[in-house]
Amino acid sequence: MRSLKFLLQKEFRQIFRNPAILRMIFIMPVIQLIVLPLVANYEIRNVNIHVIDHDHSMYSRELIRKVTAGGTFQLQGYSSDYKEALLDVEHDKSDLILEIPHGFEKQLVRESEAPLFIAVNAINGARANLGAAYLNTILRDYNQEIRTQWIQFPKFDEIPRVEVISNYWYNTHQSYTLFMVPGIMVVLLTMVGSFLTALNIVKEKEVGTIEQINVTPIRKHHFILGKLIPFWVLGLFVLTLGLLVGRVIYGIVPLGNIGLIYLFAAIYLPAILGLGLLVSNISQTQQQAMLLSFFLMMIFILMGGLYTSIDSMPHWAQVVTWFNPVTYFIEVMRMVVIKGSSFNDIKGHLGVIALFAVVLNTWAVVSYRKRS
Amino acid sequence: MKIALFTPCKITKTVQPTEENIQYAITANNLTKEFGDFIAVDHISFNIKQGEIFGFLGANGAGKTTAMRMLCGLSKPSSGEATVAGFDVSTQPESIKKNIGYMSQKFSLYEDLTVMENIRFYAGIYGLSDKDIKEKSAHLLQHLHLDHEKNKLVGSLPLGWKQKLSFSIALIHEPKIVFLDEPTGGVDPLTRREFWEMIYAASQRGTTLFVTTHYMDEAEYCHRVSIMVDGRIAALGTPAELKKQFDAESMSDVFLQLARQATRQAD
Repeated sequence: MRSLKFLLQKEFRQIFRNPAILRMIFIMPVIQLIVLPLVANYEIRNVNIHVIDHDHSMYSRELIRKVTAGGTFQLQGYSSDYKEALLDVEHDKSDLILEIPHGFEKQLVRESEAPLFIAVNAINGARANLGAAYLNTILRDYNQEIRTQWIQFPKFDEIPRVEVISNYWYNTHQSYTLFMVPGIMVVLLTMVGSFLTALNIVKEKEVGTIEQINVTPIRKHHFILGKLIPFWVLGLFVLTLGLLVGRVIYGIVPLGNIGLIYLFAAIYLPAILGLGLLVSNISQTQQQAMLLSFFLMMIFILMGGLYTSIDSMPHWAQVVTWFNPVTYFIEVMRMVVIKGSSFNDIKGHLGVIALFAVVLNTWAVVSYRKRS
Repeated sequence: MKIALFTPCKITKTVQPTEENIQYAITANNLTKEFGDFIAVDHISFNIKQGEIFGFLGANGAGKTTAMRMLCGLSKPSSGEATVAGFDVSTQPESIKKNIGYMSQKFSLYEDLTVMENIRFYAGIYGLSDKDIKEKSAHLLQHLHLDHEKNKLVGSLPLGWKQKLSFSIALIHEPKIVFLDEPTGGVDPLTRREFWEMIYAASQRGTTLFVTTHYMDEAEYCHRVSIMVDGRIAALGTPAELKKQFDAESMSDVFLQLARQATRQAD
């Protein structure tokens, strides 16, 4: 145990003397938490629409006013020529074309029905789909308005209608940041934990100091503990920083007990650090370690349910996510922060992550060789 | 400089575990390391007495470092046996590690720690008590005239100082045997001379020194020298004996005669 004390002393000194590590710990999480939730946002705003109005009637003007009034659509162009509109789309200026045909008003009044034409630039699929859906909603509303104008004083609604009232639970305002920020915190913790551990050990390999350590009677598990404990502490620090940024910038206060988040992180971190150790055992240079960590991180993040819902993944991909520690922590984070879940709700996740920690670290200790 | 000559001992073909062997600091008997088809170290045998300065020579790629790594317990022998401080390299590497010091050709102190912190760290992991650490580090700093530099980062010291510090730290836990892998590479002649004075002082205290070097003048300082060619020991004896055997004026001539026989590509 005495040698562990000296190992820890050495690690902490080296960490606090390395400006690159300090930047990675202090500045990177803050910047990412500020930038990512703003960028990784599926709320559609500023959809550029080009309107071709062949009709120039009161109804067509009313329709255009309605479409552009909501703030989602920006009137990028107004013309009476389809070619001009298409050119706009080709130059990526417009996302949507709404064509109001000639005789729109006349037909609407006479036949109570008039066709409209929507063309969508589907290169950005999400934007196109949601834009078209929004536009459809607006058109439906418009339709409804005209009908109420025409049917004066409807004492009895002749057409029975089912009205749907949606009620969004947990994230009442469907705030995207409330959904993203807890997830991003997990990603940061994972990146800091696995990258720093892997790079730290591989650096000792590159410089040659690890050989000096290997000729000393230091016990294998002491050496590994000496590497894990400092990064465990730093990981919890990054989590604290993340929670503070979430609170100060986004006003996110976890609904559940914050202690649960720390409890989970305290068990999650050894799992991630163990992974970093494994990467460092395989890698000979910092470059190799970086690329390998990056590869794993991409898969973990893309398959961890941060951006896309795991439920909508194909079955095989869902199976893969069971072996992804990030999945569990993102879920727990969202459960505790947004839903206010209790210990009983997350104990299953806790058990799985503890298993991850045991397996990964045992594997790392066994595969770490003091001799070749 | 005082050079105590030791009588050469014969290479014994087989090392029997008798009382006699215990006085040897290092014994090797047909020690071999293979990497696939490549035989890096090919059945080498020698005995090194306590307090001896043993020069381990050879061209680049001759297998010196591999042999040394096996003796330090960093690499497992493919076949043959060897003992260091009485412990078997195949089965008791961790016991060996308590009894040896090691200074590799790659500089192995932490450049981002200060002189004092490096001393404390290595003394600490070898299990020295706080009192011992304090006494030894004070003595070491004074001896190396590093008192004023003790709070400087090791990375900022000139190479010669780093090497002397590195050697002193390898000795801090008073090991029975110290392995030095090209300790004076890139060091100026004056520092090299001081370095060898330190080696002699350690030898006189009874420490056995196993040194690899490419400097043939340094080979002359060793009590006994072995020259490796293509993984085998091509010659072994005192510098005087070897010069006589190969009818050469200097160790450099001996080395060149042998190294030219090598068929293996140098790395």
